[in-house]
Amino acid sequence: MDIASLTAAGLGKKIRAKEISVVEAVRASLDRIDQVEKDVHSFVTIDREGALKRAEDVQKQIDDGRLTGALAGVPVAVKDNICTKGMPTTCSSRILENFHPAFTAEAVRNLERGGAVIIGKTNMDEFAMGSTTETSYFGVTRNPWNLEHVPGGSSGGSCAAVAAEECPCALGSDTGGSIRQPSAFCGVTGIKPTYGTVSRYGLIAYGSSLDQIGPIAKDVTDCAALLEVIASRDPKDSTSIDRSIYVHRQSKGPDSQESFKGGQPAGYDFTSALVNDVTGMRIGIPRDYFGEGLDGEIKEKILAAVRVLEERGAVAEEFDLSLVPYAIPAYYVIASAEASSNLSRFDGVKYGYRTQDYEGLHDMYKRTRSEGFGEEVKRRIMLGSFVLSAGYYDAYYMKALRTKALIKQAFDQAFARYDVIVAPAAPTTALKLGHSLSDPMKMYLGDIYTVSANLAGLPGISIPVGTDSKGLPIGMQIIGDCFAEKKIIRAAYTLEQTRAYERPALAKNASKVQEHGADDRQRKEAVQRREAVQRKEAVQREGGAV
Amino acid sequence: MAKQYETVIGLEVHVELAAKTKIFCSCSTEFGGAPNTHTCPVCTGMPGSLPVLNKKVVEYAIAIGLAVNCDIARVCKFDRKNYFYPDNPQNYQISQLYLPIARNGYVEIETGDTKKKVRIHEMHMEEDAGKLIHDEWDDTSLVDYNRSGVPLVEIVSEPDMRSADEVIAYLEKLCTIIQYLGASDCKLQEGSMRADVNLSVREAGTERFGTRTEMKNLNSFKAIARAIEGERERQIELLEAGKAVIQETRRWDDNKEASYNMRSKEDAQDYRYFPEPDLVPVVISDEWIEQIRARQPELRSEKLERYKKEFDIPQYDAKIITGSRHMADIFEKASAICGKPKKVSNWLMVETMRLLKDHGMEPEEISFSPENLAKLVNLTERRMINSSVAKEVFEKIFAENVDPENYVEEHGLKMESDTGALEEVLKKVIADNPKAVEDYHGGKEKALGALVGQTMKAMKGKADPGMVNQKLREML
Repeated sequence: MDIASLTAAGLGKKIRAKEISVVEAVRASLDRIDQVEKDVHSFVTIDREGALKRAEDVQKQIDDGRLTGALAGVPVAVKDNICTKGMPTTCSSRILENFHPAFTAEAVRNLERGGAVIIGKTNMDEFAMGSTTETSYFGVTRNPWNLEHVPGGSSGGSCAAVAAEECPCALGSDTGGSIRQPSAFCGVTGIKPTYGTVSRYGLIAYGSSLDQIGPIAKDVTDCAALLEVIASRDPKDSTSIDRSIYVHRQSKGPDSQESFKGGQPAGYDFTSALVNDVTGMRIGIPRDYFGEGLDGEIKEKILAAVRVLEERGAVAEEFDLSLVPYAIPAYYVIASAEASSNLSRFDGVKYGYRTQDYEGLHDMYKRTRSEGFGEEVKRRIMLGSFVLSAGYYDAYYMKALRTKALIKQAFDQAFARYDVIVAPAAPTTALKLGHSLSDPMKMYLGDIYTVSANLAGLPGISIPVGTDSKGLPIGMQIIGDCFAEKKIIRAAYTLEQTRAYERPALAKNASKVQEHGADDRQRKEAVQRREAVQRKEAVQREGGAV
Repeated sequence: MAKQYETVIGLEVHVELAAKTKIFCSCSTEFGGAPNTHTCPVCTGMPGSLPVLNKKVVEYAIAIGLAVNCDIARVCKFDRKNYFYPDNPQNYQISQLYLPIARNGYVEIETGDTKKKVRIHEMHMEEDAGKLIHDEWDDTSLVDYNRSGVPLVEIVSEPDMRSADEVIAYLEKLCTIIQYLGASDCKLQEGSMRADVNLSVREAGTERFGTRTEMKNLNSFKAIARAIEGERERQIELLEAGKAVIQETRRWDDNKEASYNMRSKEDAQDYRYFPEPDLVPVVISDEWIEQIRARQPELRSEKLERYKKEFDIPQYDAKIITGSRHMADIFEKASAICGKPKKVSNWLMVETMRLLKDHGMEPEEISFSPENLAKLVNLTERRMINSSVAKEVFEKIFAENVDPENYVEEHGLKMESDTGALEEVLKKVIADNPKAVEDYHGGKEKALGALVGQTMKAMKGKADPGMVNQKLREML
């Protein structure tokens, strides 16, 4: 059996059925990493020993019946800006190269409570600033579909790892599209949840008012299952919201579907929305998102996907979403302003990199930060410091906040009429390596379809809808109203049922090699596992007889 | 004739709140402790950590805001003040700029016979920084984050004060109010209350304010008074010499009794304030404010009014006693038990004050119970002990909070009420001192005193001097 090709839910099921041991599942991940990591480079840290040790422990808890969740025993990769005690957390930056956090992020603790096995930390744009994973201090990650292309970013490592089947699912973070855009580039599925759904405690902040941790996996089912595990109301994060009491608003018009109804608690039961039916669902298509600047093939594939949903009973309609051109400047002002402050703690005093030679405190600060941060990070710190400066605050930062409020209003109006809004995840498919860094403005403009969801706090999912003529994946984004994750999950799930998951050639080839090379060790383990199961069953039978 | 100048002073007062835990984490605020033992990822600025507001801090801030007659904001927010310094682990301080918790208040101060209102511009909540320790020997600096995140309020006055006396009166008033609320111990020397003085001078009679300077590092009322005098003179000298006062921050050196420039307006940092995105706005309901208002203790001015009506004690004594909430509590409780407020007041005003002074203690440090003071008053009232014994017993009460009834019993200090025994002693004293007796009969009143003294000595101090006096006269 090719374990690496399974989905997280599929693997979890086989683990619970004792068809696959947790150690086997983790080994399969590590074996695949051994095969493809030299080409893809998804990881900053791989915790082989820790993962195998943890696998044994999880196996025991599954055998004892203490762990019964969907992800028990499933290997998960975690973006390297999410704190993990016992594993370095670097944000792919020199300044945190050897940083070992004193605590584990709440989202990761939730994963651990659910029995997941963290196999390593994935590469990213430095401090999540970038859309290509090229700004990492530890080298670029390559797109498993075409190694000449970028995986997108900033959660490029997590998305590439899932696409290359180095692990069935991963955590990313999304401040302006950092889950949705690389998911689209790598042909995988990713959700940016409503702001406040997943605790930010332990997420090293980039833009605090925009950051959310979210799931990345091969399909909607896995994403829903993973989100169900990581989402929680966390008293340690003041911006976290209790979805079990939060009632989302009733949208106008005929709410024909039970799960579309407003007036109910938003809840944490995301997998309950895995329903193959969109009858009566109203889909808004913002004209501004499908005009100039969008690649023709992407437009075509997305509109085709909308037609599929229409055939399944949804009602689609074009409309004008106002203020679209203002989202990018508002986003870059707000995110950079917050980043300039959030990143000021990296100063060489308490932890992380400190310059070797310096004279006095201020020289130490300057050299440490000049040497420790990369170009893009420094650019945004300078931009952010500028827009917060006396005399510029009102002209830039205040204006950006007002724009943000107006954008939220525009979406509020749209969601009064539509259950979901569809959009591209990016104007193009994955660009070639080295293509974007020369022109930061061009890279910033690539975030046009994703930043609004962050500014307005909305949930968005990116799902694959085919490939372009170059054979690169195309992603479609479905955006929902605040706390309407279930609607976007339902729409995406319904669409997903009409098409098969496409694997990159790299993953397919790796599977073949792995299957042919199924060595003695795997066979031995299979025998040991069967024997263990038989012994356990025998014990249970005896116990039952007494 | 030389020009007359008026001094214009406004104060920024930082007060460390009495909350047991820090403002944004659950670390202890206790003073002392080995360096970096009262710390966690939040108050050491670890990446990924997030602040969570301590509700108790908001309640203290509301209580102070109400007591200084401020409008309490129904919605207030926190902002980040960005600056690089190692005592500040995040390199930003979480404070309030745009929407502080309280605004537009005042306190009434008294200097001599004049009363005046000092207006309060605003009050906001913020976190304290850590402490740098410079090791000269090693040429290194070490940082202790125990104080990082200790809750503070900053009370900003309007420029309403005109002299050092008014400044001291204002600070004392704030101190008493806040101590009464139990919101802080307000100790300047220990840094739980810190005052920065903004001062300018202008020609008497002019409307426009002069250029002001800000003075820091003022650790006592005396230092504040000296700094104000010094700065006033420095500014007047500049103006008289035709020079301009430069807007700057100055540091007071109390040993040298002089101030030095710390930074001028040009080097003033741009703090790049912006709303703290990790905290949500604090919504303060009317109900919450009313609950806190209902819990407010009686403040000093209200107590003074009440004492005037309820107790027959001099206004001066009432002021001293109510100067400390702790002393006022002892006074009220002891008076309620023994029903002799005047006597209780005397013990506090005379003996207690003397002993506090001798031991260099503050009224807050009084450790005896009102019950024991009341018992002592009763013992003297019932003429169970005489006044010199009472003083001796009180010292024991002050030092060890002994029960005076037991103490008197155990040490046999009760006055001799057996007149037979007294008469025996008197007979002996008269017999032994024929010279004194003769003198007395010869009209020397003084001689009686010597006989009384002899008797008291023979009675080991346990006789009632009045009674001795009377009996002696009878027998002579």
